[in-house]
Amino acid sequence: MSIVPISYYLVLSAVLFGLGIIAFVVKRNIITIFMAIELMLNAVNLAFVAFARAHNQLDGLVFVFFVIVVAAAESAVGLAIIITVYQNRQTLNLERINLLKF
Amino acid sequence: MTLPFIMFFVCAALAVIGAFTLIVAREPIHSALALVLVMVSLAVLYLLLGAEFIAAVQIIVYAGAIMVLFVFVIMLLNAGVEERTDYSKLAKYAGLPFGFFLLLALAYWMLESFIGKQIANGLGGTNASVSTRELSAQLFQKYLFPFEATSILILIAILGALVLAKKDE
Repeated sequence: MSIVPISYYLVLSAVLFGLGIIAFVVKRNIITIFMAIELMLNAVNLAFVAFARAHNQLDGLVFVFFVIVVAAAESAVGLAIIITVYQNRQTLNLERINLLKF
Repeated sequence: MTLPFIMFFVCAALAVIGAFTLIVAREPIHSALALVLVMVSLAVLYLLLGAEFIAAVQIIVYAGAIMVLFVFVIMLLNAGVEERTDYSKLAKYAGLPFGFFLLLALAYWMLESFIGKQIANGLGGTNASVSTRELSAQLFQKYLFPFEATSILILIAILGALVLAKKDE
């Protein structure tokens, strides 16, 4: 029984990270941009697990655990900020949230 | 083609399709459901890598809690179709090529670099799955302080979310 090489996982991780960056740059909706950040975090988690498997060390898995915890905290605070922005500006479009833009 | 390979390619294809749908979908709720697809297929890949605990956490915390929060906010704010505004030409003409370039550069690096070659040739990984017992021993001994620190982080996040989202008196 053969095993999938670790490099396949890393390539998939890179592809997902790239797609996350594209979504981050291309999308206009603030919630979707937030989802793109979550997608990038997921891609990084996949790389962590793949490296942990490659080196037979558990530290990578512990780090994935911490990344997930931080992502949970981040999304709670971030979505609260999004709700506040919507209450103040009545829009979710980043192009219209431009008071700080030069 | 053995079973692990087939599983890997099916899940990888699902993940990439989900990520692509996230980009092209115009309704935020469709993007959220596509992201759920990505997370579930990543959980299957974690199982394939032998990380059962992480796979369970991925399903419960990410696909469960975080995405429910996202869907809830989308529903609460009544987020409809993304309106097309063409204020910024930078995103269209610089962002897309740059994103693809970064994607290709990362994939090339993973395949061709010294570390990537070393991994592809030597470090094939083992079949044995990591037991949750070992993982928890690591978590509660070596990483006890960061683990306790995350509880404070979560507490602060809850307070922050409450303060930010509550209606002004």
